[in-house]
Amino acid sequence: MARSFSVRRQRGFTTIAMVCFAALYLPIAVLVFYSFNAGESLASFDGMSLRWFEKAFQNQQVIDASLRSLQIASIAAVIATIAATMAALATTRTEPYRGLTMKYAFINQPLMIPEIVTAVALLIFFARIKIWTGYSGLGYLVAAHTAFCIPFAYLPIRARLENMDLTLEKAAADLYATPWNAFRYVTLPLLWPGILAGFMLAFVISLDDVVITEFVKSAGQDTLPTYMLGQIRRSITPEMNAISTLFLGLSICVVIVFFVVNRNRA
Amino acid sequence: MTDAVATVETEKTRDIRKRWLLSLPALLIILAAASGPLLIVVAYSFLTPGPYGDVVWQPSLDGWINVFLEKDIFDDTLSLASAHISIFVRSVVLSLVTTVLTLAIGFPTAYFIATRRETTRELWLLLITIPFWTNLLIRTFAILEIIRNEGLINGLLLRAGLIAKPLQMLFTDGAILTGMVYVYLPLMVLPLYASMEKLDFRLVEAGYDLYATPFKVLRRIIIPLVKPGIIAGSILVFIPALGAYVTPSILGGGKNLMLGNLIELQFGQGRNWPLGSALSIALMLIVMVALLFYVRNAGSQGSRQHG
Repeated sequence: MARSFSVRRQRGFTTIAMVCFAALYLPIAVLVFYSFNAGESLASFDGMSLRWFEKAFQNQQVIDASLRSLQIASIAAVIATIAATMAALATTRTEPYRGLTMKYAFINQPLMIPEIVTAVALLIFFARIKIWTGYSGLGYLVAAHTAFCIPFAYLPIRARLENMDLTLEKAAADLYATPWNAFRYVTLPLLWPGILAGFMLAFVISLDDVVITEFVKSAGQDTLPTYMLGQIRRSITPEMNAISTLFLGLSICVVIVFFVVNRNRA
Repeated sequence: MTDAVATVETEKTRDIRKRWLLSLPALLIILAAASGPLLIVVAYSFLTPGPYGDVVWQPSLDGWINVFLEKDIFDDTLSLASAHISIFVRSVVLSLVTTVLTLAIGFPTAYFIATRRETTRELWLLLITIPFWTNLLIRTFAILEIIRNEGLINGLLLRAGLIAKPLQMLFTDGAILTGMVYVYLPLMVLPLYASMEKLDFRLVEAGYDLYATPFKVLRRIIIPLVKPGIIAGSILVFIPALGAYVTPSILGGGKNLMLGNLIELQFGQGRNWPLGSALSIALMLIVMVALLFYVRNAGSQGSRQHG
């Protein structure tokens, strides 16, 4: 008997999909595999070793850049999430009012503009401010990261709010809860998974940023990605593989947590 | 009665005022550190370059003229800036080919995921989401490791004795294209999947009942139904590809520039900020045309569903 007929089947699609998954993961697998290489060359694998990880951990520049990345990402993600939560509360569950579409467009605007253009704009703008104020700290990077993180934090929070049941809040109001108490004890706990998802998205987006950071940073303000970009352009050793492997591990952890949090929505 | 109407009215305006206050922080941050500075770029594109970068406050159209024309050093005649034009053409062509290739690979992949059982679907989706969340620089680096002269492919071929000296794959347009398809593929699959997930397979079944071939079902039923996903995915790939900076600068090297690298050059060694600003605005205009195309097509799609 011939293979059973399925209306969902399209010839060749499964093969292409398998090739696609393999192509997505093979380069990453090679990258990770060679971070454990005892030798220096990609041409041969000279046995397992953690030497490149040790080297990365002893590299002061890597440590400084990593800590700076985490610092910027934490501050930017917290501010972006708070601002995005407030904005989401202001733009959902309402009849259309004047300026609502403009707000949507404005909040999502950083997603529409090529990163390089924003990077150049911030380079020019912050160069002026640096001259006027004399301040050249991490504040510029934090401000830039916060701005482009807001639309990412906004997306899951808004989605969560739109699917939320209004009757509970109405019940709270009927029972004479003040608007703040209704928010604090009813809305916020229900909204929490969305806020958490928004925060994680913002955190990863900030952590991964290369282009805007590369243009905005002052001397000695390398984050891990800009440090890596500089190294990749100069000379490549398996130390880069080791750093990438660690970075990858962190990203994968965050994605899996994000996935679990979002699944509980249902 | 009129009192009641008045109370409702003031409550409504109070609500709207509260909503403005709530959204103010987000709007202000984006205005200060994303949208506002774009206006400065527009202004800078009409100024004169300073000797060590930056600008001097003297209006000039040279920034814009230099986008497509160049002045001859000897007799000041203008001719087409062939270097810039070839970079514009390369950027648009590479981005379009990237979009088509990611669609060709992404469409069957998204379809495959959408037709799995509920339980396994999540897992396949996670497999697409992980690269999506992984640093673009690391993914570009992974491609670099495979195609560079001391990389995996050349290493294996050399050891097998198939080639005598490494194949030059790095620093070519092909390398940029490979890298861009690789890094932007998840951006195509996710919106495609989102619209395929909602696909009503009873329509597909009806097609088969009317003796359509699988290819006809694909072309006449599935593709028209998931068109919004196709357009969204294409826009999501095309826009970042056009402004790509990291991937072409690592895989394309110093010769195969794309627009992003050309812009960077003007703010670095080129020390021509007005030209860099004009190029940035030009890039943004192309992106806006693409977005307009998206809005118009998405719009007509919506009205068709209602009609």
